[in-house]
Amino acid sequence: MHYNKKLAQLAVIVFSIFFALTPIKAKATEEKNDHTEEFVPGEFILGHVMDSYGWHITTINKKHISIPLPIILWDQGKLICFSSAQFHHGHNAYKGYALGFTKETAGKIVRLSEPYTGPLEESAVYEFSRNFTDISITKNVCALLISVILLIAIFLSVAKSYKKRPLMPPKGLQSLMEVVILFIRDDMVIPSIGKKHYKKYLPYILTLFFFILFNNLLGLIPIFPGGANVTGNIAVTAILALLTLLITSFSGNKNYWKHIFNTPGVPWWLKVPIPLMPIVEFMGIFTKPFVLMVRLFANITAGHIIIMGFLSLIFIFGAMNPIAGYGISVLSMIFYLFMGMLELIVAFVQAYIFSLLTSMYIGAAVEDHSEHEVEHVAIKETVQNQLIEENK
Amino acid sequence: MNLITPDFGLIFWMLIGFGILFFILAKFAWPVITKSIAQREEYIQEQLDAADTVKREMKNLQAEHHKLLQEAKEERDKILADARKIVDKMNEEARILRDKEHDARMAETKIAIQNEKMKALTDIKNEIALLSIDVAEKILSEELSTQTKQEEMISKWVNELNLN
Repeated sequence: MHYNKKLAQLAVIVFSIFFALTPIKAKATEEKNDHTEEFVPGEFILGHVMDSYGWHITTINKKHISIPLPIILWDQGKLICFSSAQFHHGHNAYKGYALGFTKETAGKIVRLSEPYTGPLEESAVYEFSRNFTDISITKNVCALLISVILLIAIFLSVAKSYKKRPLMPPKGLQSLMEVVILFIRDDMVIPSIGKKHYKKYLPYILTLFFFILFNNLLGLIPIFPGGANVTGNIAVTAILALLTLLITSFSGNKNYWKHIFNTPGVPWWLKVPIPLMPIVEFMGIFTKPFVLMVRLFANITAGHIIIMGFLSLIFIFGAMNPIAGYGISVLSMIFYLFMGMLELIVAFVQAYIFSLLTSMYIGAAVEDHSEHEVEHVAIKETVQNQLIEENK
Repeated sequence: MNLITPDFGLIFWMLIGFGILFFILAKFAWPVITKSIAQREEYIQEQLDAADTVKREMKNLQAEHHKLLQEAKEERDKILADARKIVDKMNEEARILRDKEHDARMAETKIAIQNEKMKALTDIKNEIALLSIDVAEKILSEELSTQTKQEEMISKWVNELNLN
């Protein structure tokens, strides 16, 4: 009962932040509308969903208020660092580097043929190349580092309170986290991996779950330090999926590889002339993490796009007629709130699914005998059914 | 297409950031937390087991106590019964002894009374005899006071003797 109250409080706080900050966002877009003369919802939405070199907060009186982030480039053995404020939101070049102005390079850094610093002419034609490595602290990197710092701070403090009060009931933040940690341990990792091996993998699954959850939740907060689409970025989910693939493959025992290359209980003609089953199973090694990557990326990005779409409606109608804009804003807000709640659920569900599937793949890799085969298939089926419904 | 092409920069920072996160949490947070939780679970289980054992022991003790009490009661009853029996017996003995003594004393008393009676009778007899002698003396002296009377007497006695 106590934990439920805590969770409810958290939800209330998150939603109040949404509601309180929504007008700021709306205003920002309205000003942008004036600036570009025409409101393009596609650009507006993608501009939010994608990565960028500065952290845009709002625009007041045609002046952008954004946090400039460091640009770090590795160009021909030289490390080049400067602030993204030098680009003046794409209007200036700095030391020969500028934000891309063609369709393919939009939102990326390009190197001009000569080291030029100053404003770019709209009518001029510039030669550019992209043969350098860009390791800038972008908005997503910044959000990622913020979430990493937040996670470290929270869990070190939780660990400290465990050390300080041994054998005592949990208190405050500790009790909020303990429910989740126990849920992951008892309902996710132990049933999937088994009592014998789970201790080795529990830290990774816990880190994974909280990393995804925190980034999902931070992404739902519309203003700094939230609002970045970290877990809805394919690079982030790709790394997480790759780690799942590596851990699964390196912890796979003889039994696991035997199941892949010589699946027991399958008719011989599926294996001998044409190794159909081995090929399918071998592909499965890669398709499983691939699906993990796409699922998380698509779910979070789709949620952000839908929410931004509802907000765009206000400005699409507002461009036609201001009264229509105000009228539709009520409806938009209702849909926005509904989607916001749905996204809150999705944030937890996606973190849960990613970690559950990861622990199940690890479980399949470290399983000793095929005793529990039937049980596992049953669990897998229920989870997959859930996923199908969820993805609908 | 930009949406689904991973950026190298983000991959790079993701590896570093997630790596640091995992390293720090796996080194300083998770072991402490999971160990503490496991220890606490163990501790609670131990305490529960101990409480259970104590409860069972208490029950045993209570049963034993009850049994002891029962035994003590029985013992007491037995002792009481025995005591009563002994008392009864002693009373009986005492009564018999008393009766015997009483009888003996009665007999003694009777004998004493008899003796006293006999003694008194003898005394009375003696007294009577003395009195009779006195009376007889007085009568004789009265009878034999004159010569004639003496002679009469003697003659009478001689006559009587002759007859025999």
